[in-house]
Amino acid sequence: MSKDYTTLWKEIGLNLGKHDGLLSVLSDAYKNIYLSQKNRPEGMKYFDFVISEVHGLRIEELYEAKKEKRKVIGTFCVYVPEELVLAVDGVFVGLCAGAEVGFEEAEKYVPRNTCALIKAFMGFKLSGLCPYVELTDLIVGETTCDGKKKAYEIFDEITRKMYVMEIPNMKNDSDRKLWLEEVRKFKDKIEEISGKEITLSLLKKSTEIVNQKRLALQRLNKLRAYDPSPISGLDALLVNQIAFYDDPVRFTMKVNELCDELEERVRKGNGIAPKGTPRILISGSPFAIPNWKLHAIVENSGAVVVGEESCVGSRNFRELTEENFNSLEEGLEKIAMRYMGIDCACFTPNKERIDNVKSLFKELKADGVIHCALQFCTPYMMEAFKIEKKIDFPYMRIETDYSMEDFGQLKTRVEAFIETLR
Amino acid sequence: MSFLGIDIGSRYIKAVLIEKGTVIDWFKIETSYEPLNRSLEILKKYSPIKAVATGYGRHLLSFNGNIPTITEIKAFAIGARALMPSCRTIIDIGGQDTKIISLDERGNIKKFEMNDRCAAGTGRFLEIMASALAYSIDEFGKIEGEIESPLQISSMCTVFAESEVISLISKGISREEIAIAIHRAIAKRVISMLKKISLEEDIVFAGGCAGNILLKKLIEIDIGKRILIHEKHHFAGALGAAIYAEKSLIEEGGEKENEKVYC
Repeated sequence: MSKDYTTLWKEIGLNLGKHDGLLSVLSDAYKNIYLSQKNRPEGMKYFDFVISEVHGLRIEELYEAKKEKRKVIGTFCVYVPEELVLAVDGVFVGLCAGAEVGFEEAEKYVPRNTCALIKAFMGFKLSGLCPYVELTDLIVGETTCDGKKKAYEIFDEITRKMYVMEIPNMKNDSDRKLWLEEVRKFKDKIEEISGKEITLSLLKKSTEIVNQKRLALQRLNKLRAYDPSPISGLDALLVNQIAFYDDPVRFTMKVNELCDELEERVRKGNGIAPKGTPRILISGSPFAIPNWKLHAIVENSGAVVVGEESCVGSRNFRELTEENFNSLEEGLEKIAMRYMGIDCACFTPNKERIDNVKSLFKELKADGVIHCALQFCTPYMMEAFKIEKKIDFPYMRIETDYSMEDFGQLKTRVEAFIETLR
Repeated sequence: MSFLGIDIGSRYIKAVLIEKGTVIDWFKIETSYEPLNRSLEILKKYSPIKAVATGYGRHLLSFNGNIPTITEIKAFAIGARALMPSCRTIIDIGGQDTKIISLDERGNIKKFEMNDRCAAGTGRFLEIMASALAYSIDEFGKIEGEIESPLQISSMCTVFAESEVISLISKGISREEIAIAIHRAIAKRVISMLKKISLEEDIVFAGGCAGNILLKKLIEIDIGKRILIHEKHHFAGALGAAIYAEKSLIEEGGEKENEKVYC
C-alpha cells in the first residue's frame, strides 16, 4: 500500500490487529496467484494497483465522498439497479464476501451448512474486517435465495442499514409488475437517503455511465474468444471482480485501455498460453473477491479460463439498459426490464440460462465447461444437473467453498477433466 | 531403455518398471511421512530413461524432480486396460479417494466420478473400521456371514461411523454383522457413483481396496454384473504411468514402439 491508513481504519472502526493479518494473507495470496503469472498485459498494472489499495486508497476515496455528502450504497447482488444510485451521485460498492473470514463469528448467527458467501459477509462484518460495510449508508439486499433472505434479517439487526428489494421467482407479467414497483420504491428510497431528486437527465446520464462499463466488460469478454487468449482467466476474473468496487468512469477507461492492448496482442498472435491450450468456460455461482481458487487450479493445470457464466462475469454485463427513454417513468421501466433479463438460478423455470451457457460455449470457443456451485447454494447445485442433461459438450460439475480442504481432490478432478480435452 | 511409473498414493507408493513392453519389476512401499524421499530413492534405484508420476503426491515429484505427471484417472485408464484389455469400467477405491472411470471401446476416458472432499467410504475408512473391530485389513475383506442382514451403518463420515460402530458393539451385535454392514455402506456409495455413468462391461476393480473380496461380492450382487480383479490390481496406476512414459517418449521420437505384452 502506498501509505499508512491506520488512522482511517481506526476511525472507521476496523479490528486493526486482525485486519493487518488479513491484508498480509491477501497480499501473499496475490503474489503467489497473480504476480507469478507470466506474460501478463501491461494494462493489468492498474488492476494490481487497485487490489493493493482495495482497503486503502479506495476506502479513502469513499471516506472523502462521504464528506461531500455523497452516499455509499453497499450491495451483494447484480440485481440492485446501479443506475439509480449513480443518478444521485452515490457510490455503489459490492461488499466483502469472498474469503473464509470470521466464520466462527458468523456461525453464531447462521447454521454451519450455509453457503460460504453468506457466512463470509456476516463474518467480515462481525469481525470488523470490511471497511466498505462500515462506510455504507445503506446496504441493499435482495430476495434471491433463501439463505440470503434470512441472513439479511439477521444482518439488519447487526448493522441497522438493510434495505431489501423483492426479486420475484418467476418472469410472468405479474412478476414484472412487482419488480417494476420494487424499482420505483428503490428510487424513492435512494432519493430519500440522499436528499436528491432523480431527474430524467440525471437518470439518462447515470444509465449511460453504467452501460459504458458493461460495454467495456463485454469488449474484454469478446477478446477472450481468440486462440491464443490474450489474457488469463485469473486476470479477467480480477477485472470482473473490481467492476463492483471501482469508480465506474475510471474503471471503464482502464478496461478499455486494457482492451486496446489486448487487441494489439491478438493482432500479433501473442497469447497468455500457447495456441491450442484447452479452453474452459466456468459457469455457476458468483466468485466474490478474493475467491480465485478454481481459476487458479484450472490455469495451473494447463488450461486457460476463457469465460465466466456467473454474476461476477457475464451475468453482470450481458444486458444493457435501453437508453432511449423520454420520461423518468419510462426510464424506470427500461431499468426494470433490463434487470429482469438476468438469468439467476433463483428463477423458475430458467431455460434462458441453459441457452446462455450453450451460446457462451460457442462464442468463446471453449473446449469444456466446469460448472462450479458454492456448496449449499441449492439453486445453482440443482441447475448443474439440469444443464448436464441438455448439453453435448464436455462438462464437469463441482461443488466447493472457500476452504483449501478439498484442494487435492479438486486438483485431481480438474486435471483429469483437462486431460480428457486434449 | 526402461520406463518407470510411480503412483504416490496417500497410503502406499507403487512403482512399476517396464522395458520393451514387459514388466521388469513391481514395487510397493508405505508412503509414510516422507513420500518425497521414498519416491526419490525409488527413482535412484531404477534410474529409468523416463519416469511419470501419478497419484495424490504426483506434484511432489514434478516440483522436486521435474518428473511429468498424469492424474490417477488417466493412469488407471491406461493401466487397467493393459492388465485387462476388455475393461470398459474401472472402480478404484484408494486410500482417500473413490473413483469410477468409464472408457470407450478404444480405452479413452468417457466420463469419471470422484468423491469431492473427505475420506468417507474409502480405503482409509475401511482401515479405521477394521481396527475398531480388531480385524486385520486382510481378514476384514474375507469375512463370511449373512450378507442380507438388515443392519445399516448410516453415516459415511469416518468419525461418525466409528462411533456408530461402537454403539452397535455395545448393543451386543456380532462383529461379523457390523463388519458386513460397514462393507455394505461403502458398496452403496460406489453403486451410487456407478449409476451416474453408463455401466459397460467388463468392469474392473482396481486400486488398494480391490483386494477386498466382500466388497466385490456386495457390489456384484447389487449391479447384477460380474466384476474382474487382476492380481496386480494395486499397480494399475503405476503401470499406466509407466506405459504413458514409454508412449510419450516414442511420440517425442525417442524410440520405436514395441509389441506390448505387459502381464
